[in-house]
Amino acid sequence: MAKVKSLADLKKIKEELHAKMDLREKSNDPEAQVQIKVGMATCGIASGAKEVMEFLIEATAKRGISTIVTQTGCMGYCYAEPTIEVTIPGKEPVVFGDVDLKKADEVIEKYIKQGELVDGIIPVNYKTIDN
Amino acid sequence: MEKYKMHILICGGTGCRASASEAIQNNLQDALKAKGLEEEVQVVMTGCFGFCEKGPIVKILPDNTFYIEVKPEDAEELVEEHIVKGRKVMRLLYTDPDKKEVISDSKNMGFYKKQIRIALRNCGFINPENIDEYIATEGYAALGKCLSEMTPQSVINEIKESGLRGRGGGGFPTGLKWEFASKNDADQKYVVCNADEGDPGAFMDRSILEGDPHSVLEAMAICGYTMGADKGLIYIRAEYPLAIDRLKVAIKQAREYGLLGNDIMGSGFNFDVEMRYGAGAFVCGEETALIHSMEGLRGEPTVKPPFPAESGYNGKPTNVNNVETFANIPVIINKGANWFNKIGTEKSTGTKVFALAGKINNVGLIEVPMGTTLREVIYEIGGGIKDGKKFKAVQTGGPSGGCLTEAHLDTPIDFDNLLAVGSMMGSGGMIVMDEDDCMVSVAKFYLDFTVEESCGKCTPCRVGNKRLYELLDKITEGKGTKEDLDLLRNLSTVIKDTSLCGLGQTSPNPVLSTIENFYDEYIAHVEEHKCPSGQCKALMQYVIDPELCVGCTLCARNCPVDCIAGDRKEAHIIDTAKCIKCGACMEKCKFNAISIQ
Ligand SMILES: Cc1cc2nc3c(=O)[nH]c(=O)nc-3n(C[C@H](O)[C@H](O)[C@H](O)COP(=O)(O)O)c2cc1C
Ligand code: SF4
Ligand code: SF4
Ligand code: SF4
Ligand code: FES
Ligand code: FES
Repeated sequence: MAKVKSLADLKKIKEELHAKMDLREKSNDPEAQVQIKVGMATCGIASGAKEVMEFLIEATAKRGISTIVTQTGCMGYCYAEPTIEVTIPGKEPVVFGDVDLKKADEVIEKYIKQGELVDGIIPVNYKTIDN
Repeated sequence: MEKYKMHILICGGTGCRASASEAIQNNLQDALKAKGLEEEVQVVMTGCFGFCEKGPIVKILPDNTFYIEVKPEDAEELVEEHIVKGRKVMRLLYTDPDKKEVISDSKNMGFYKKQIRIALRNCGFINPENIDEYIATEGYAALGKCLSEMTPQSVINEIKESGLRGRGGGGFPTGLKWEFASKNDADQKYVVCNADEGDPGAFMDRSILEGDPHSVLEAMAICGYTMGADKGLIYIRAEYPLAIDRLKVAIKQAREYGLLGNDIMGSGFNFDVEMRYGAGAFVCGEETALIHSMEGLRGEPTVKPPFPAESGYNGKPTNVNNVETFANIPVIINKGANWFNKIGTEKSTGTKVFALAGKINNVGLIEVPMGTTLREVIYEIGGGIKDGKKFKAVQTGGPSGGCLTEAHLDTPIDFDNLLAVGSMMGSGGMIVMDEDDCMVSVAKFYLDFTVEESCGKCTPCRVGNKRLYELLDKITEGKGTKEDLDLLRNLSTVIKDTSLCGLGQTSPNPVLSTIENFYDEYIAHVEEHKCPSGQCKALMQYVIDPELCVGCTLCARNCPVDCIAGDRKEAHIIDTAKCIKCGACMEKCKFNAISIQ
């Protein structure tokens, strides 16, 4: 490992390492972040939930949105998989169905960034998936 | 660069390691590999989460799920259910003992709600054996800032402004101490970290060193910069093998990065750290004794002045600080004195780490802002008294402290308040006692410890404490008199006033505070020859209630010393003079006729 030769050096190393610890720091205060839960039960995975999850993690990071993306079990909407639940700080969670990569992009751009509603919302009659 | 979607944090503190956290780590890694997830989920071994009693602790991020009492066999299920399917493993979650509800996010646990973690900020958060994780969380930024943007005096001013006081027990203002050391000119000066931690039951310093060793190294370097010292020494007890290992790894990594050694970050400042090992004598935590022990002499205190700041290790100006004191320094530099001094009370700023123990539901390591009340600590964080029993006393300050009662529960905890009510902050031991604890025996327990640990150099401490112990022993044997209580008080005052070092000057505190706060209990021992909590064996009496006894003779036939008399179908009677208090009769009686009085 190269030596840290100055404060600027240290800051540079810190920037490089930051991404690694980012997830841990965000977990300290999940309520302050946009939280996205991706339904990852058998049918979700079969219909491409994994790819959607990957996309959400990368796209939100690239676009500078502080987000926690987690997976969750069966959401009970097999007919509309992949489903995602999005919670913007201070708002009620919203569930979107049939989320492919294109829809995921739309959710980020329209709903998360601008608060506009997007097609494909599944009306929810429960509070949130777990606790 | 790898970007993990989830992190699994496993506690690698002494408590959890003892119950197999390493095996859990290995099994988790294997289970992840079997699912092809090793690139997506990072497994990290961290320092103590503080909830040691319910360890091993495993925490999964980003959803902050807190699993307790995890066993190596649980690894597969955790991966299969939580990681793959996104379902929490309910049986490993924490259940609130009061409300009986399952809590998955540790933030919602009563244990963590009132805590503010400054000294423990990285414990249970980073991998202590990886300097990169420390750097990524502001590590060494404070040292960098001091070296490149601040003069030694401005660093000292910042620490003074922060109001930080020593966490090793005395509560001396840290900035002021650094200023004294900086003003004494010499060709060589030393920074010493006191990691002796001798209080029975205390493990705050150990946990910091195990969970975040770099924070202490960084702070020592900052201290060296302010006083013009290029050498740091950590005095640590040899009974802390894990903390020693983690420190060694940390020192090696810091040297490799050039964060210890010569010309640190191009500033021209040199600083390096070495370790010194203690054999675990309590008195060696006293700073002058500690210095002598490092010099290879007997670990005995000497008179101050001269203070270490004038003439310490090898006769050179030396600054001694406690582990926890040091752990606060980088945060104060990074966030500023004015951030720090808003936490806590006016004269005791910041937080304090306590090792919460005794008859309490949540035993563990906690960090709370100064000014938190004892009630909040015991009932909200500690979750109240075990088994629904009644609170009786709380002991703070270890062998130098005192026992406080119900009446003190709303006292905000800080250095001065605890002294005012006859106890002290000490290094942060906090032992909760319930109705079953006998306060005379508690005082005797601490005196037994001091008698053992007194170095014997001065008479009041060596002989006086022994006499105190004997008097207490006499009282618990039921042979004490009321005059003995006066004798205890007088002798205590003499020992406090005439002992050479802090050990003797404070060792009678447990006696004085229990006499003061639990006088009735002492009186019961010396006048009625009874122990109200039934702890003093010599004062217990087994008696048979003639109303309840049916004369079945079972007890008499089981008494090993044949001291129960009585005819068949007649009430029996125990000869208390011959009874050896074995309890066999009480266990046998089917009619609950035998009780202890
Ligand atoms: C008998 C005795 C034992 C002590 N043990 C410790 C100890 O284990 N750890 C510690 O930091 N300070 C201990 N001290 C206090 C030290 O003498 C010293 O005040 C302290 O290390 C200074 O650091 P601080 O200002 O950061 O608290 C002890 C003092 C006495 C009298
Ligand atoms: S007070 Fe006790 S421990 Fe301290 S120097 Fe005297 S004998 Fe030794
Ligand atoms: S066992 Fe109980 S009931 Fe029987 S003789 Fe003894 S005290 Fe009385
Ligand atoms: S306590 Fe033991 S010794 Fe005493 S009376 Fe009962 S059986 Fe006998
Ligand atoms: S398995 Fe897909 S929603 Fe239940
Ligand atoms: S040692 Fe694991 S929580 Fe303390």
